[in-house]
Amino acid sequence: MSKIHVTTTVNGDPVEFLADPRETLLDCLRDHLGLTGSKEGCGTGDCGACSVTLDDRLVCSCLVLGVEAEGRRVDTIEGMADADGLHPLQRKFIEHAALQCGFCTPGLLVAAKALLVQNPDPTEEEVRYGLAGNLCRCTGYDKIVRAVMDAAAEMRQEAA
Amino acid sequence: MRYHTPSSFEDAARLAAQAQGLTRFLAGGTDVLVQMRAGMVQPDDLIDLKKIPGVGDITRTDEGGWRIGVAVPGAALSAHDALRAEWPGVVEGMDLVGSVQIQGRATLTGNLCNGSPAADSVPGLVAAGATVEITGPEGTRTAPVAEIPAGPGKTSLQAGEVISAILLPPRGAHGGDAYLRFIPRTEMDIAVVGCAVNLRLSGDTVAEAQVALGAVAPVIRLVPEAAEAIIGTTLDEAALQALDAAARAACSPIDDKRGTVAFRTEVAGVLARRAALIAYGRAKGDTA
Ligand SMILES: Cc1cc2nc3c(=O)[nH]c(=O)nc-3n(C[C@H](O)[C@H](O)[C@H](O)COP(=O)(O)OP(=O)(O)OC[C@H]3O[C@@H](n4cnc5c(N)ncnc54)[C@H](O)[C@@H]3O)c2cc1C
Ligand code: FES
Ligand code: FES
Repeated sequence: MSKIHVTTTVNGDPVEFLADPRETLLDCLRDHLGLTGSKEGCGTGDCGACSVTLDDRLVCSCLVLGVEAEGRRVDTIEGMADADGLHPLQRKFIEHAALQCGFCTPGLLVAAKALLVQNPDPTEEEVRYGLAGNLCRCTGYDKIVRAVMDAAAEMRQEAA
Repeated sequence: MRYHTPSSFEDAARLAAQAQGLTRFLAGGTDVLVQMRAGMVQPDDLIDLKKIPGVGDITRTDEGGWRIGVAVPGAALSAHDALRAEWPGVVEGMDLVGSVQIQGRATLTGNLCNGSPAADSVPGLVAAGATVEITGPEGTRTAPVAEIPAGPGKTSLQAGEVISAILLPPRGAHGGDAYLRFIPRTEMDIAVVGCAVNLRLSGDTVAEAQVALGAVAPVIRLVPEAAEAIIGTTLDEAALQALDAAARAACSPIDDKRGTVAFRTEVAGVLARRAALIAYGRAKGDTA
Protein backbone atom coordinates (compact mmCIF):
# COMPACT_ATOMS: atom_id res chain seq x y z
CA MET A 1 0.00 0.00 0.00
CA SER A 2 1.67 3.22 -1.07
CA LYS A 3 1.85 5.95 1.50
CA ILE A 4 1.04 9.57 0.89
CA HIS A 5 3.21 12.46 1.96
CA VAL A 6 1.20 14.98 3.97
CA THR A 7 2.28 18.53 4.83
CA THR A 8 0.14 20.34 7.36
CA THR A 9 0.25 22.72 10.32
CA VAL A 10 -0.31 21.38 13.82
CA ASN A 11 -0.59 23.85 16.71
CA GLY A 12 1.11 26.47 14.55
CA ASP A 13 4.09 24.32 13.59
CA PRO A 14 4.62 23.02 10.06
CA VAL A 15 4.81 19.22 10.11
CA GLU A 16 5.00 16.41 7.60
CA PHE A 17 4.32 12.71 7.79
CA LEU A 18 3.73 9.67 5.61
CA ALA A 19 0.22 8.27 5.88
CA ASP A 20 -1.51 5.19 4.63
CA PRO A 21 -4.64 6.75 3.09
CA ARG A 22 -6.85 4.65 5.40
CA GLU A 23 -5.27 6.07 8.54
CA THR A 24 -7.34 8.59 10.45
CA LEU A 25 -6.04 11.99 11.47
CA LEU A 26 -6.22 10.68 15.05
CA ASP A 27 -3.89 7.79 14.16
CA CYS A 28 -1.53 10.17 12.41
CA LEU A 29 -1.43 12.61 15.32
CA ARG A 30 -0.80 9.85 17.83
CA ASP A 31 1.39 7.41 15.90
CA HIS A 32 3.30 9.60 13.44
CA LEU A 33 3.57 12.87 15.33
CA GLY A 34 3.67 11.57 18.90
CA LEU A 35 0.79 13.82 19.94
CA THR A 36 -1.04 11.40 22.20
CA GLY A 37 -3.25 13.96 23.96
CA SER A 38 -6.15 13.26 21.62
CA LYS A 39 -7.70 9.96 22.68
CA GLU A 40 -9.60 7.24 20.91
CA GLY A 41 -12.70 6.30 22.88
CA CYS A 42 -14.89 4.87 20.14
CA GLY A 43 -13.44 5.59 16.70
CA THR A 44 -16.95 6.24 15.39
CA GLY A 45 -17.72 9.87 16.18
CA ASP A 46 -19.76 9.21 19.31
CA CYS A 47 -17.53 10.10 22.25
CA GLY A 48 -15.57 13.21 21.26
CA ALA A 49 -12.35 12.10 23.03
CA CYS A 50 -10.50 12.70 19.76
CA SER A 51 -11.81 16.29 19.27
CA VAL A 52 -9.48 18.69 17.44
CA THR A 53 -10.10 21.74 15.29
CA LEU A 54 -9.45 21.65 11.55
CA ASP A 55 -9.20 25.19 10.13
CA ASP A 56 -10.98 26.33 13.33
CA ARG A 57 -13.91 23.90 12.95
CA LEU A 58 -14.41 21.39 15.74
CA VAL A 59 -14.28 17.83 14.37
CA CYS A 60 -13.70 14.27 15.55
CA SER A 61 -10.20 13.42 14.36
CA CYS A 62 -11.25 9.76 14.20
CA LEU A 63 -13.63 10.73 11.37
CA VAL A 64 -11.03 12.63 9.34
CA LEU A 65 -8.40 10.89 7.23
CA GLY A 66 -4.81 11.92 7.86
CA VAL A 67 -4.41 12.67 4.15
CA GLU A 68 -7.27 15.18 4.38
CA ALA A 69 -5.10 17.36 6.63
CA GLU A 70 -2.90 18.29 3.65
CA GLY A 71 -2.53 22.06 3.55
CA ARG A 72 -4.94 22.58 6.48
CA ARG A 73 -4.48 23.81 10.03
CA VAL A 74 -4.96 21.38 12.90
CA ASP A 75 -5.13 22.42 16.55
CA THR A 76 -5.00 19.86 19.34
CA ILE A 77 -5.00 19.81 23.13
CA GLU A 78 -1.19 20.00 23.06
CA GLY A 79 -1.47 23.58 21.80
CA MET A 80 -3.90 24.78 24.45
CA ALA A 81 -1.54 25.91 27.22
CA ASP A 82 0.88 28.65 26.21
CA ALA A 83 4.18 29.93 27.60
CA ASP A 84 2.28 31.81 30.34
CA GLY A 85 0.70 28.64 31.65
CA LEU A 86 -2.55 26.73 31.49
CA HIS A 87 -5.57 27.97 29.56
CA PRO A 88 -8.37 29.23 31.89
CA LEU A 89 -10.45 26.17 30.95
CA GLN A 90 -7.62 23.86 32.00
CA ARG A 91 -7.22 25.69 35.33
CA LYS A 92 -10.97 25.63 36.00
CA PHE A 93 -11.19 21.91 35.22
CA ILE A 94 -8.60 21.30 37.93
CA GLU A 95 -10.22 23.74 40.38
CA HIS A 96 -13.68 22.22 39.97
CA ALA A 97 -12.38 18.63 39.90
CA ALA A 98 -14.03 18.25 36.51
CA LEU A 99 -12.15 15.05 35.76
CA GLN A 100 -11.56 11.68 37.31
CA CYS A 101 -9.84 9.21 34.99
CA GLY A 102 -9.13 12.05 32.55
CA PHE A 103 -9.70 10.11 29.35
CA CYS A 104 -12.44 12.46 28.09
CA THR A 105 -10.67 15.61 29.30
CA PRO A 106 -8.53 16.58 26.28
CA GLY A 107 -11.54 16.27 23.98
CA LEU A 108 -13.79 18.17 26.37
CA LEU A 109 -11.28 20.99 26.72
CA VAL A 110 -10.86 21.34 22.96
CA ALA A 111 -14.64 21.24 22.46
CA ALA A 112 -15.27 23.71 25.30
CA LYS A 113 -12.70 26.11 23.88
CA ALA A 114 -14.40 25.96 20.48
CA LEU A 115 -17.77 26.52 22.16
CA LEU A 116 -16.56 29.66 23.96
CA VAL A 117 -15.12 31.10 20.76
CA GLN A 118 -18.61 30.81 19.20
CA ASN A 119 -20.46 31.86 22.32
CA PRO A 120 -18.47 33.60 25.07
CA ASP A 121 -21.49 33.81 27.41
CA PRO A 122 -23.38 30.51 27.15
CA THR A 123 -26.25 29.45 29.39
CA GLU A 124 -25.95 26.16 31.23
CA GLU A 125 -28.29 24.61 28.66
CA GLU A 126 -26.13 25.87 25.81
CA VAL A 127 -23.05 24.36 27.44
CA ARG A 128 -24.81 21.01 27.86
CA TYR A 129 -26.02 20.94 24.25
CA GLY A 130 -22.71 22.28 22.97
CA LEU A 131 -20.80 19.47 24.69
CA ALA A 132 -23.31 16.72 23.89
CA GLY A 133 -20.76 15.18 21.51
CA ASN A 134 -18.34 14.52 24.37
CA LEU A 135 -19.01 11.56 26.63
CA CYS A 136 -17.65 11.22 30.16
CA ARG A 137 -18.10 7.97 32.02
CA CYS A 138 -16.84 9.28 35.38
CA THR A 139 -17.92 12.73 36.42
CA GLY A 140 -21.64 12.90 35.69
CA TYR A 141 -20.94 16.11 33.74
CA ASP A 142 -22.04 18.56 36.43
CA LYS A 143 -18.54 19.61 37.43
CA ILE A 144 -17.53 19.89 33.80
CA VAL A 145 -20.42 22.23 33.07
CA ARG A 146 -19.59 24.35 36.13
CA ALA A 147 -15.92 24.53 35.17
CA VAL A 148 -16.80 25.68 31.66
CA MET A 149 -19.25 28.33 32.94
CA ASP A 150 -16.67 29.60 35.44
CA ALA A 151 -13.90 29.71 32.84
CA ALA A 152 -16.22 31.57 30.47
CA ALA A 153 -16.94 34.17 33.17
CA GLU A 154 -13.23 34.64 33.83
CA MET A 155 -12.43 34.91 30.14
CA ARG A 156 -15.15 37.53 29.67
CA GLN A 157 -13.64 39.59 32.49
CA GLU A 158 -10.18 39.32 30.99
CA ALA A 159 -11.53 40.43 27.64
CA ALA A 160 -13.40 43.39 29.16
CA MET B 1 -7.26 1.79 -1.00
CA ARG B 2 -6.54 4.48 -3.57
CA TYR B 3 -7.30 8.01 -2.42
CA HIS B 4 -8.21 10.46 -5.19
CA THR B 5 -8.62 14.23 -5.08
CA PRO B 6 -10.12 15.20 -8.44
CA SER B 7 -10.39 18.89 -9.24
CA SER B 8 -13.65 18.68 -11.23
CA PHE B 9 -16.88 16.67 -11.07
CA GLU B 10 -16.18 15.38 -14.58
CA ASP B 11 -12.93 13.89 -13.31
CA ALA B 12 -14.69 12.51 -10.23
CA ALA B 13 -17.32 10.85 -12.44
CA ARG B 14 -14.64 9.47 -14.76
CA LEU B 15 -12.70 8.01 -11.84
CA ALA B 16 -15.86 6.41 -10.48
CA ALA B 17 -16.86 5.04 -13.88
CA GLN B 18 -13.43 3.50 -14.45
CA ALA B 19 -13.06 2.05 -10.94
CA GLN B 20 -13.16 -1.75 -10.87
CA GLY B 21 -13.80 -2.45 -7.21
CA LEU B 22 -15.78 -0.82 -4.45
CA THR B 23 -15.94 2.96 -4.73
CA ARG B 24 -17.04 5.63 -2.31
CA PHE B 25 -17.15 9.39 -2.54
CA LEU B 26 -15.84 11.30 0.45
CA ALA B 27 -17.72 14.41 1.58
CA GLY B 28 -17.70 14.82 5.37
CA GLY B 29 -16.84 11.18 5.95
CA THR B 30 -19.13 10.82 8.97
CA ASP B 31 -20.80 7.80 7.41
CA VAL B 32 -17.97 6.51 5.21
CA LEU B 33 -15.29 6.50 7.91
CA VAL B 34 -17.61 4.83 10.42
CA GLN B 35 -18.42 2.12 7.85
CA MET B 36 -14.73 1.66 7.01
CA ARG B 37 -13.88 1.38 10.65
CA ALA B 38 -16.59 -1.22 11.23
CA GLY B 39 -15.26 -3.21 8.28
CA MET B 40 -18.66 -2.90 6.60
CA VAL B 41 -17.20 -1.02 3.65
CA GLN B 42 -13.58 -1.29 2.52
CA PRO B 43 -13.36 0.93 -0.57
CA ASP B 44 -10.78 0.18 -3.26
CA ASP B 45 -11.16 3.75 -4.45
CA LEU B 46 -12.08 6.70 -2.27
CA ILE B 47 -12.84 9.87 -4.21
CA ASP B 48 -12.55 12.98 -2.06
CA LEU B 49 -14.75 15.73 -3.51
CA LYS B 50 -13.51 18.54 -1.28
CA LYS B 51 -10.75 19.74 -3.64
CA ILE B 52 -13.28 20.59 -6.38
CA PRO B 53 -13.70 24.38 -6.62
CA GLY B 54 -17.00 25.70 -5.26
CA VAL B 55 -18.02 22.64 -3.23
CA GLY B 56 -18.00 24.67 -0.01
CA ASP B 57 -20.19 27.48 -1.38
CA ILE B 58 -23.84 28.41 -0.90
CA THR B 59 -24.94 30.67 -3.77
CA ARG B 60 -28.13 32.24 -5.14
CA THR B 61 -29.35 30.71 -8.39
CA ASP B 62 -30.54 32.86 -11.28
CA GLU B 63 -34.12 31.75 -10.51
CA GLY B 64 -33.82 33.02 -6.93
CA GLY B 65 -33.31 29.68 -5.22
CA TRP B 66 -30.11 28.28 -3.71
CA ARG B 67 -27.25 26.13 -4.90
CA ILE B 68 -25.60 24.28 -2.04
CA GLY B 69 -22.17 22.76 -2.60
CA VAL B 70 -21.69 19.08 -1.81
CA ALA B 71 -19.07 19.73 0.86
CA VAL B 72 -20.95 22.42 2.84
CA PRO B 73 -20.96 21.11 6.42
CA GLY B 74 -24.05 21.38 8.62
CA ALA B 75 -22.37 24.09 10.70
CA ALA B 76 -21.99 26.33 7.63
CA LEU B 77 -25.58 25.72 6.58
CA SER B 78 -26.87 26.79 10.02
CA ALA B 79 -24.62 29.86 10.00
CA HIS B 80 -26.09 31.09 6.68
CA ASP B 81 -28.74 33.58 7.82
CA ALA B 82 -30.41 34.22 4.45
CA LEU B 83 -30.79 30.53 3.67
CA ARG B 84 -32.07 29.78 7.16
CA ALA B 85 -34.61 32.60 6.93
CA GLU B 86 -36.05 31.16 3.71
CA TRP B 87 -35.82 27.41 4.38
CA PRO B 88 -35.73 26.99 8.17
CA GLY B 89 -37.13 23.46 7.90
CA VAL B 90 -34.33 22.30 5.61
CA VAL B 91 -31.69 23.86 7.84
CA GLU B 92 -33.15 22.53 11.11
CA GLY B 93 -33.23 19.00 9.68
CA MET B 94 -29.52 19.11 8.96
CA ASP B 95 -28.82 20.84 12.26
CA LEU B 96 -30.23 17.84 14.13
CA VAL B 97 -27.54 15.56 12.67
CA GLY B 98 -25.06 14.57 15.36
CA SER B 99 -22.99 16.77 17.65
CA VAL B 100 -21.07 20.00 17.06
CA GLN B 101 -18.14 17.81 15.97
CA ILE B 102 -20.29 15.96 13.42
CA GLN B 103 -21.77 19.28 12.24
CA GLY B 104 -18.25 20.41 11.41
CA ARG B 105 -18.11 17.76 8.67
CA ALA B 106 -21.46 16.17 7.80
CA THR B 107 -23.13 17.31 4.57
CA LEU B 108 -26.64 17.27 3.09
CA THR B 109 -25.44 15.28 0.09
CA GLY B 110 -23.76 12.64 2.26
CA ASN B 111 -26.89 12.36 4.38
CA LEU B 112 -28.95 11.82 1.22
CA CYS B 113 -26.54 9.40 -0.49
CA ASN B 114 -25.92 7.28 2.58
CA GLY B 115 -29.50 6.18 2.01
CA SER B 116 -30.72 5.89 5.58
CA PRO B 117 -34.54 5.88 5.87
CA ALA B 118 -34.00 7.95 9.04
CA ALA B 119 -31.72 10.60 7.49
CA ASP B 120 -32.75 13.82 9.19
CA SER B 121 -32.09 16.33 6.42
CA VAL B 122 -33.86 14.43 3.67
CA PRO B 123 -37.58 14.91 4.55
CA GLY B 124 -37.05 18.68 4.59
CA LEU B 125 -35.35 18.59 1.17
CA VAL B 126 -38.07 16.37 -0.26
CA ALA B 127 -40.87 18.58 1.09
CA ALA B 128 -39.09 21.68 -0.24
CA GLY B 129 -39.08 20.19 -3.73
CA ALA B 130 -35.28 20.30 -3.84
CA THR B 131 -33.43 18.80 -6.79
CA VAL B 132 -29.91 17.49 -7.25
CA GLU B 133 -27.54 18.18 -10.09
CA ILE B 134 -25.86 14.94 -11.10
CA THR B 135 -22.65 14.69 -13.12
CA GLY B 136 -22.09 11.38 -14.85
CA PRO B 137 -20.11 9.86 -17.70
CA GLU B 138 -22.84 11.05 -20.09
CA GLY B 139 -22.98 14.62 -18.83
CA THR B 140 -25.11 16.46 -16.36
CA ARG B 141 -28.75 15.90 -15.40
CA THR B 142 -31.02 17.00 -12.59
CA ALA B 143 -33.42 14.90 -10.56
CA PRO B 144 -35.77 15.54 -7.63
CA VAL B 145 -34.22 14.65 -4.26
CA ALA B 146 -37.31 12.47 -3.74
CA GLU B 147 -36.10 10.14 -6.52
CA ILE B 148 -32.65 9.49 -5.04
CA PRO B 149 -33.44 7.17 -2.08
CA ALA B 150 -33.99 3.60 -3.29
CA GLY B 151 -34.20 1.56 -0.09
CA PRO B 152 -32.04 1.35 3.03
CA GLY B 153 -28.43 2.12 2.04
CA LYS B 154 -29.34 2.43 -1.65
CA THR B 155 -29.71 5.30 -4.11
CA SER B 156 -30.93 5.51 -7.69
CA LEU B 157 -27.59 6.97 -8.83
CA GLN B 158 -25.94 4.96 -11.61
CA ALA B 159 -22.31 3.81 -11.54
CA GLY B 160 -20.09 6.78 -12.28
CA GLU B 161 -22.68 9.35 -11.24
CA VAL B 162 -21.86 11.92 -8.61
CA ILE B 163 -24.07 14.65 -7.16
CA SER B 164 -22.50 17.99 -7.99
CA ALA B 165 -24.92 20.30 -6.09
CA ILE B 166 -28.19 20.47 -4.20
CA LEU B 167 -30.66 23.00 -5.58
CA LEU B 168 -33.44 24.61 -3.57
CA PRO B 169 -36.24 26.32 -5.49
CA PRO B 170 -37.06 30.00 -4.93
CA ARG B 171 -38.91 30.36 -1.63
CA GLY B 172 -41.51 32.81 -2.95
CA ALA B 173 -43.97 34.73 -0.79
CA HIS B 174 -46.11 33.36 2.06
CA GLY B 175 -44.24 30.07 2.34
CA GLY B 176 -43.01 28.20 5.40
CA ASP B 177 -41.43 24.84 6.23
CA ALA B 178 -40.55 22.83 9.30
CA TYR B 179 -38.97 19.50 10.30
CA LEU B 180 -39.50 17.62 13.54
CA ARG B 181 -38.16 14.26 14.64
CA PHE B 182 -38.78 12.06 17.64
CA ILE B 183 -35.82 10.52 19.45
CA PRO B 184 -35.75 8.92 22.90
CA ARG B 185 -33.07 11.38 24.12
CA THR B 186 -32.63 15.08 23.44
CA GLU B 187 -29.40 14.82 21.37
CA MET B 188 -27.26 12.36 19.44
CA ASP B 189 -29.76 9.73 18.41
CA ILE B 190 -31.38 8.34 15.26
CA ALA B 191 -34.89 9.47 14.32
CA VAL B 192 -37.67 7.07 15.32
CA VAL B 193 -39.97 9.20 13.19
CA GLY B 194 -39.23 12.36 11.18
CA CYS B 195 -41.70 14.64 9.44
CA ALA B 196 -41.29 17.72 7.26
CA VAL B 197 -44.04 20.02 6.07
CA ASN B 198 -43.65 22.75 3.46
CA LEU B 199 -46.62 24.93 2.57
CA ARG B 200 -47.70 28.16 0.93
CA LEU B 201 -50.61 30.32 2.07
CA SER B 202 -53.09 32.40 0.19
CA GLY B 203 -54.46 34.64 2.92
CA ASP B 204 -55.19 32.24 5.78
CA THR B 205 -55.75 29.27 3.51
CA VAL B 206 -53.15 26.62 2.64
CA ALA B 207 -52.76 26.88 -1.12
CA GLU B 208 -49.93 24.39 -1.62
CA ALA B 209 -48.41 21.77 0.66
CA GLN B 210 -45.88 18.94 0.70
CA VAL B 211 -45.56 16.49 3.58
CA ALA B 212 -42.63 14.07 3.81
CA LEU B 213 -42.15 11.30 6.36
CA GLY B 214 -38.89 9.69 7.47
CA ALA B 215 -38.05 6.51 9.41
CA VAL B 216 -41.50 4.96 8.96
CA ALA B 217 -40.91 3.21 5.62
CA PRO B 218 -37.92 1.79 3.67
CA VAL B 219 -37.51 5.14 1.92
CA ILE B 220 -38.24 8.71 2.89
CA ARG B 221 -41.14 9.83 0.76
CA LEU B 222 -43.78 12.42 0.05
CA VAL B 223 -47.25 11.65 1.33
CA PRO B 224 -49.61 13.35 -1.15
CA GLU B 225 -52.70 12.28 0.85
CA ALA B 226 -51.35 14.15 3.87
CA ALA B 227 -50.79 17.27 1.78
CA GLU B 228 -54.30 17.02 0.31
CA ALA B 229 -55.72 16.84 3.82
CA ILE B 230 -54.60 20.41 4.54
CA ILE B 231 -54.75 22.10 1.12
CA GLY B 232 -57.72 24.47 0.96
CA THR B 233 -58.03 24.61 4.76
CA THR B 234 -56.96 27.14 7.38
CA LEU B 235 -55.37 24.28 9.33
CA ASP B 236 -58.31 24.07 11.71
CA GLU B 237 -58.81 21.05 13.98
CA ALA B 238 -60.67 19.10 11.31
CA ALA B 239 -57.80 19.60 8.84
CA LEU B 240 -55.24 18.61 11.45
CA GLN B 241 -57.19 15.45 12.24
CA ALA B 242 -57.31 14.55 8.56
CA LEU B 243 -53.56 15.23 8.27
CA ASP B 244 -52.86 13.09 11.33
CA ALA B 245 -54.89 10.21 9.88
CA ALA B 246 -53.27 10.46 6.43
CA ALA B 247 -49.76 10.49 7.93
CA ARG B 248 -50.56 7.43 10.04
CA ALA B 249 -52.01 5.63 7.03
CA ALA B 250 -48.77 6.19 5.09
CA CYS B 251 -46.61 4.40 7.68
CA SER B 252 -45.13 0.94 7.21
CA PRO B 253 -42.43 1.13 9.86
CA ILE B 254 -40.08 -1.43 11.34
CA ASP B 255 -40.65 -2.73 14.85
CA ASP B 256 -37.59 -2.50 17.07
CA LYS B 257 -36.43 -1.62 20.56
CA ARG B 258 -36.43 2.06 19.68
CA GLY B 259 -40.07 2.15 18.64
CA THR B 260 -42.86 -0.32 17.98
CA VAL B 261 -44.99 -0.15 14.85
CA ALA B 262 -47.92 1.25 16.84
CA PHE B 263 -45.75 3.89 18.52
CA ARG B 264 -44.02 5.02 15.33
CA THR B 265 -47.36 5.25 13.54
CA GLU B 266 -48.99 7.34 16.24
CA VAL B 267 -45.98 9.64 16.53
CA ALA B 268 -45.98 10.21 12.74
CA GLY B 269 -49.46 11.70 13.05
CA VAL B 270 -48.51 13.86 16.01
CA LEU B 271 -45.34 15.20 14.35
CA ALA B 272 -47.22 15.94 11.12
CA ARG B 273 -49.70 18.09 13.06
CA ARG B 274 -46.99 19.94 14.95
CA ALA B 275 -44.75 20.48 11.91
CA ALA B 276 -47.72 21.77 9.91
CA LEU B 277 -48.55 24.30 12.63
CA ILE B 278 -44.94 25.52 12.77
CA ALA B 279 -44.74 25.79 8.97
CA TYR B 280 -48.05 27.67 8.97
CA GLY B 281 -46.77 30.10 11.58
CA ARG B 282 -43.57 30.66 9.62
CA ALA B 283 -45.55 31.30 6.45
CA LYS B 284 -47.34 33.99 8.46
CA GLY B 285 -44.03 35.54 9.44
CA ASP B 286 -43.00 33.71 12.63
CA THR B 287 -39.23 33.64 12.81
CA ALA B 288 -38.85 30.94 15.46
C1 LIG C 1 -21.97 10.37 15.98
C2 LIG C 1 -22.84 10.46 14.76
C3 LIG C 1 -24.13 10.96 14.87
C4 LIG C 1 -24.95 11.04 13.75
N1 LIG C 1 -26.21 11.53 13.92
C5 LIG C 1 -27.06 11.59 12.85
C6 LIG C 1 -28.38 12.09 13.00
O1 LIG C 1 -28.79 12.52 14.08
N2 LIG C 1 -29.19 12.10 11.91
C7 LIG C 1 -28.77 11.67 10.68
O2 LIG C 1 -29.54 11.74 9.73
N3 LIG C 1 -27.50 11.20 10.52
C8 LIG C 1 -26.65 11.14 11.56
N4 LIG C 1 -25.36 10.65 11.40
C9 LIG C 1 -24.94 10.16 10.08
C10 LIG C 1 -24.11 11.14 9.22
O3 LIG C 1 -23.48 12.10 10.01
C11 LIG C 1 -24.98 11.85 8.18
O4 LIG C 1 -25.61 10.90 7.35
C12 LIG C 1 -24.16 12.84 7.34
O5 LIG C 1 -25.01 13.81 6.79
C13 LIG C 1 -23.36 12.19 6.22
O6 LIG C 1 -22.70 13.19 5.47
P1 LIG C 1 -21.13 13.11 5.15
O7 LIG C 1 -20.81 14.32 4.34
O8 LIG C 1 -20.35 12.88 6.35
O9 LIG C 1 -21.12 11.82 4.21
P2 LIG C 1 -19.94 10.83 3.79
O10 LIG C 1 -19.67 9.88 4.88
O11 LIG C 1 -18.80 11.59 3.21
O12 LIG C 1 -20.69 10.07 2.59
C14 LIG C 1 -21.87 9.29 2.84
C15 LIG C 1 -22.28 8.53 1.57
O13 LIG C 1 -22.66 9.43 0.55
C16 LIG C 1 -21.91 9.21 -0.64
N5 LIG C 1 -21.67 10.52 -1.23
C17 LIG C 1 -21.13 11.60 -0.58
N6 LIG C 1 -21.11 12.66 -1.40
C18 LIG C 1 -21.65 12.25 -2.58
C19 LIG C 1 -21.89 12.91 -3.83
N7 LIG C 1 -21.59 14.19 -4.01
N8 LIG C 1 -22.46 12.17 -4.84
C20 LIG C 1 -22.79 10.86 -4.65
N9 LIG C 1 -22.58 10.20 -3.49
C21 LIG C 1 -22.01 10.87 -2.47
C22 LIG C 1 -20.66 8.47 -0.20
O14 LIG C 1 -20.16 7.65 -1.25
C23 LIG C 1 -21.18 7.67 0.98
O15 LIG C 1 -21.75 6.47 0.53
C24 LIG C 1 -24.49 10.60 12.49
C25 LIG C 1 -23.18 10.11 12.37
C26 LIG C 1 -22.35 10.04 13.48
C27 LIG C 1 -20.96 9.52 13.33
S1 FES D 1 -12.76 8.44 19.23
FE1 FES D 1 -13.49 9.94 17.89
S2 FES D 1 -15.45 10.32 18.66
FE2 FES D 1 -14.82 8.67 19.90
S1 FES E 1 -13.14 11.68 33.61
FE1 FES E 1 -13.22 9.60 33.06
S2 FES E 1 -14.32 9.66 31.22
FE2 FES E 1 -14.47 11.67 31.88
